[in-house]
Amino acid sequence: MDNVAFGLIVALTLGSAFVVVLSKQLLYSAIALLFTLFGIAGLYIFMWADFMAGVQIIVYIGGILVLLIFGIMLTNKISSVNISHTSLQKSVGAVIALGVLGLLIPMILNTSWYQLSSKEPSQTADSIGRLLMMEYLLPFEVASLLLLGALIGAAMLSRNTN
Amino acid sequence: MDSLQTYLFISAILFSLGLYGVITRRNGIAVLMGVELILNAANINFIAFARFGGMNFSGQVFALFVIIMAAAEAAVALAIIINVFNNLDTVNIDDAKELKL
Amino acid sequence: MTGDMLINYALGILFFPLISFIILIFVGKRLPRQGDIVAIGSILLTLILSLAMFGSMLLSKDPGFRHEASFTWMDLGDFKIKLGFLIDNITIIMLLVVSLISTMTHIFSTKYMEGDIRYSRYYAYLGLFTFSMNGIVLANNLISLYIFWELVGVSSYLLIGHWFEKDSAADASKKAFLTNRVGDIGFFIGLMLVFTALGTFNYAEIFEGVSRGNISGNLLTFAGIGLFMGAVGKSSQFPLHIWLPDAMEGPTPVSALMHAATMVAAGVYLSVRLFPLFTPEALLFIAYTGGFTAIFAATIAITQNDIKKVLAYSTVSQLGYMILAVGTGAYVAGFFHLVTHAMFKACLFYGSGSVIHAMHHALHNLKDHDTDPQDMRNMGGFKSKMPITYWTMLVATLAISGVPLFSGFLSKDAILAGTLSFASHHPQHFLLPVFGFSAALITAFYMFRLIFMTFHNQPKLPNVFNDIHESPKPMVFPLILLSSLCVFIFYTLPYFNPLSDHGWFMELIQAKDSMVPGNPSAKYIADGIHHSHTLTMVLSVLVAALGIFLSWAVYMKKIISADIWTKKMSIFYNLSLNKYYFDENYNKYLYQPFLRLANRVSYIDWDLYDKYFINGFGHVTKWLSFITGRTDYDGLDQTIVDGLGRSMGKFGSSLKEIQTGRLQNYMLFALFGVIIIIIFQSF
Repeated sequence: MDNVAFGLIVALTLGSAFVVVLSKQLLYSAIALLFTLFGIAGLYIFMWADFMAGVQIIVYIGGILVLLIFGIMLTNKISSVNISHTSLQKSVGAVIALGVLGLLIPMILNTSWYQLSSKEPSQTADSIGRLLMMEYLLPFEVASLLLLGALIGAAMLSRNTN
Repeated sequence: MDSLQTYLFISAILFSLGLYGVITRRNGIAVLMGVELILNAANINFIAFARFGGMNFSGQVFALFVIIMAAAEAAVALAIIINVFNNLDTVNIDDAKELKL
Repeated sequence: MTGDMLINYALGILFFPLISFIILIFVGKRLPRQGDIVAIGSILLTLILSLAMFGSMLLSKDPGFRHEASFTWMDLGDFKIKLGFLIDNITIIMLLVVSLISTMTHIFSTKYMEGDIRYSRYYAYLGLFTFSMNGIVLANNLISLYIFWELVGVSSYLLIGHWFEKDSAADASKKAFLTNRVGDIGFFIGLMLVFTALGTFNYAEIFEGVSRGNISGNLLTFAGIGLFMGAVGKSSQFPLHIWLPDAMEGPTPVSALMHAATMVAAGVYLSVRLFPLFTPEALLFIAYTGGFTAIFAATIAITQNDIKKVLAYSTVSQLGYMILAVGTGAYVAGFFHLVTHAMFKACLFYGSGSVIHAMHHALHNLKDHDTDPQDMRNMGGFKSKMPITYWTMLVATLAISGVPLFSGFLSKDAILAGTLSFASHHPQHFLLPVFGFSAALITAFYMFRLIFMTFHNQPKLPNVFNDIHESPKPMVFPLILLSSLCVFIFYTLPYFNPLSDHGWFMELIQAKDSMVPGNPSAKYIADGIHHSHTLTMVLSVLVAALGIFLSWAVYMKKIISADIWTKKMSIFYNLSLNKYYFDENYNKYLYQPFLRLANRVSYIDWDLYDKYFINGFGHVTKWLSFITGRTDYDGLDQTIVDGLGRSMGKFGSSLKEIQTGRLQNYMLFALFGVIIIIIFQSF
């Protein structure tokens, strides 16, 4: 049962990812990205990271993806709909991407990963919160600064200059 | 079926796809989508190692941070793309080449 | 006088005139009186030194006196050339003759060359000549003789061409030098033959070698004839006699000094010095050359109208006499004649100079520039106007004609005795005395013709004649001095017999044996001369008297008409007047073909060789450099150097394409690099 679900989730994720990069229509890519992110959230759940799955859906899909769709809407030009890419770029890109893949897969297969057994945690949010407040406090604060900076930057970039 | 290597494979495939999207797509927003794919692939890696490394939550914290970064970056990137669109009247990143010699 | 003193005197005699030459050549024009004082001073010093040596010779009464001093000139290991002085009685007498005549010339020229445009240079060259002539006389080896020989030739060239504005003078000086050179070729060949056989140039060593038989037979004959050819050129013997008459273009004092007394005598001096090495065949050659020249030149002199030309041919004839004497073995007689001839011939030349000087002045006053001042047909009756010149010239003429009581008689007599004795021993050579006596007859004839035409009879140009006057003292003094030396007594002291040549001269100059094995000894020759002496004396007096009588008859009393005889013997007359067309024939058969050959050769060199070969080289070089240039410029520079740059540029431009400005391209390259690195890392 688990395996079937797992397999479906994986298929969803990967299929959508293919559509994201290969689709000629930008909106189709955006929707496919939605499904990819969903699929990834599902994978998180399989990996006992339920909090992260939630965060993924809320922040990524609800925030970033919506932003992306806003961007698509705002930059929609009727005339500039999907001009074809240069074939060289596409083929070379495919070669490169496949090359990277080709490097990664043997690496994954040949490395003896250091694994420890683990049991399913009862609470994840608790642990994450604890870690954030204790060990990773500095990065947490810096991240908030970063967000502030991004906020200001985005606001400044989009102001009216006249 | 859900061994570490499986997740790593998935993440590798996603990474390659994201890479392909970044280097191939001409629309700026499409490139951004590719970047999001890459970031998500990295996230899967983090979470997978967290799960298979003794349930070390540091991995998940890191994935959290990645998501935060992605958000900030997406915001700023979109602001830039919209600015480029307003000024150059195109979202084709090949046309933003005024810095080229 | 000790040997060292002698050498010092000799050095003084040699170098004083040279110093005068150097001074006058460089600063002569700026000196007061243009520097003739320097020249006269130096020549007087030379004369004094020569007189001192002469006096010492007389006092020592040693016929075998001989002093030699030499230094090494070139030492190349097994090849050594030594040069030096040889002083014996012959040398001393020659030095005195040269110095005396040179001094007379210097004094005579103060008036004769007065106002000349190159006065100081004239005296400088006189000094050079005296130096060279003394060098010949003092030499003890053939090499330094040859050096001074050439120097004398150069001085002759410079002095004959003194008035080089005149084409005739310039041509004459060239002719003199070149004819001399022709003779010198023979001299050089003879010189080299001797040197190759004997390995030395020194007289004494040569004679020793000859007596030992190191060189003999035909080789020695050839060497002797070769050396004699130098004398033929220098002493103007047939066939190289052509230059002496033309040399009369030079100033008359120069003619007196060089072409009467000294330079031309150098050839005779050489023959006298080298007598011991002449083989009988060579001596025969010499004798016939001299004898033929004597008669041949005399026949030309009969018809000449220019007073200097008469004297010139007379000189050639008398030189022939001296050479004849050497050839027949009586070389002392030849040397004696050289000395007496120097005196009376120089006196005759000075006399003619005096006459010409007077004619010049008279014609100049009449503004007459067409009449020839040297033509005897324009003279006549000068006896009353120029008494001193007349009497001195008369004395000299009597001497040259061989009249007893005068020096010429003694020396000519000795020569003719030599020829008679030679002919009596070798009857097949009867021509030699025939030449001798006939020449004596003709000499007397034409010399008195000169005197009669110039000083006697009526003047041919009366208005010119009125202005004729005696010459100034510096010109008259040499005449008086030299004519007095023509009297017999100066040579026969301490004896007073006018008919015998026995005296200090003959005692101090004694013939030496010939070194050639088999030649008659000196005693043998002297005995022969002695035997024919009486007959010779009678014959020579007869001949002289006949000559003078004929001349008197034709030119004074006009019993025999010159014009009728001229027409009767017109062929001979024309031949004689035109010098037997020698110059014309030489020109046609020698000079012109040679010039044509020279032209041919120069054409080959100039037009063919230069044009094709040399210029061809130039063209080839030009072509090669063009090729090299092309290779360097187009090949190296353009293709390699520039080409490298250009290809680099193209490569860079193509590399520039990488910078597309497209982000995705950059990413591509980066990823590509990453992959490469990872692949390499895994290996």
